[in-house]
Amino acid sequence: MPTSLKDTFRDALSVSLTVGVYGIAFGAASVAAGFSVLQSCLFSLLTFTGASQFAAVGVVASGGAGASAIAAATMLGTRNALYGIQMAPLLQVRGFRRVMAAQITIDESTGVALSQAPRGSEAMRAGFWLTGAGVFLFWNIFTLLGAVGAKALGNPASWGLDAAVPAAFLGLLWPRLETMFLRLVGAASMVFALLVTPWLPAGLPIIATVAVAVVVGWRPR
Amino acid sequence: MSPSMMWIVLIGTSALSFSVKMLGHSVPERWLANSRLQRINALIPISLLSALVVAQGLVVKTHVVIDHRLAGLAAALAALFAKAPFPVVVVVAAVTSALVYHLH
Repeated sequence: MPTSLKDTFRDALSVSLTVGVYGIAFGAASVAAGFSVLQSCLFSLLTFTGASQFAAVGVVASGGAGASAIAAATMLGTRNALYGIQMAPLLQVRGFRRVMAAQITIDESTGVALSQAPRGSEAMRAGFWLTGAGVFLFWNIFTLLGAVGAKALGNPASWGLDAAVPAAFLGLLWPRLETMFLRLVGAASMVFALLVTPWLPAGLPIIATVAVAVVVGWRPR
Repeated sequence: MSPSMMWIVLIGTSALSFSVKMLGHSVPERWLANSRLQRINALIPISLLSALVVAQGLVVKTHVVIDHRLAGLAAALAALFAKAPFPVVVVVAAVTSALVYHLH
């Protein structure tokens, strides 16, 4: 590896490891929701976008319908399309390499790629591929560990797993609440979700909350 | 939920998540340049994650329920204010919730 890419490699590795460890929480949440160890691992291999995976198993755990689970997960993943639009002109790949690039287009690979801009476009490409591959590797290893561990533990409430899942969502939400405006959007969404809970089938209040994002984002501020 | 429905959730989520990613790599940039679409898209994760926090922490089926999970969430919030890293936040929530569950 050229010395110029050493810093990029270090950035990619530290992000991959830190994020990959979260896979333990997903594996445990997935098993607690009733998915098998195999299914939990397939989620991380095939879906491979953390918040969406948590959403799918979260809706299932709360007794929601399958369609609600899929819809919530898909809507949480729409930002990956915007990342792809930014990454495609940088990567310039076709065929199978494009399929691989798409699968590893997530928060972290895009974030590290963009952060390498001062080091040039070669470093940006390296940042994307190294981080995407690194997160993929560690996320899947730790998902397996979390799923096997949770299977061995038994009753989810007895080990606090039923609180670990909403805590994980809170942990994913926290760094996004950068401004007072965004905190207000978050608070309004929580209130809205609780208000509609008694009136809608389980799982639907989560999707219905997208209405808050649509109403607030409709006009420029 | 039936075992076959759980497979449908797994396969449906995976297929659509990949399609969304592939879409981004395939469409011309201007297609998604609409500013209203971008504003809404930026807010969707915040709305959905917020809803998931309360739906998982305060709801059983279609009822709002206060139980041991809220203690776990409060502990997670305290850990986040103390700038704890993500795995610590999750573990603190789990331990607190489990303690309340057993002591209650």
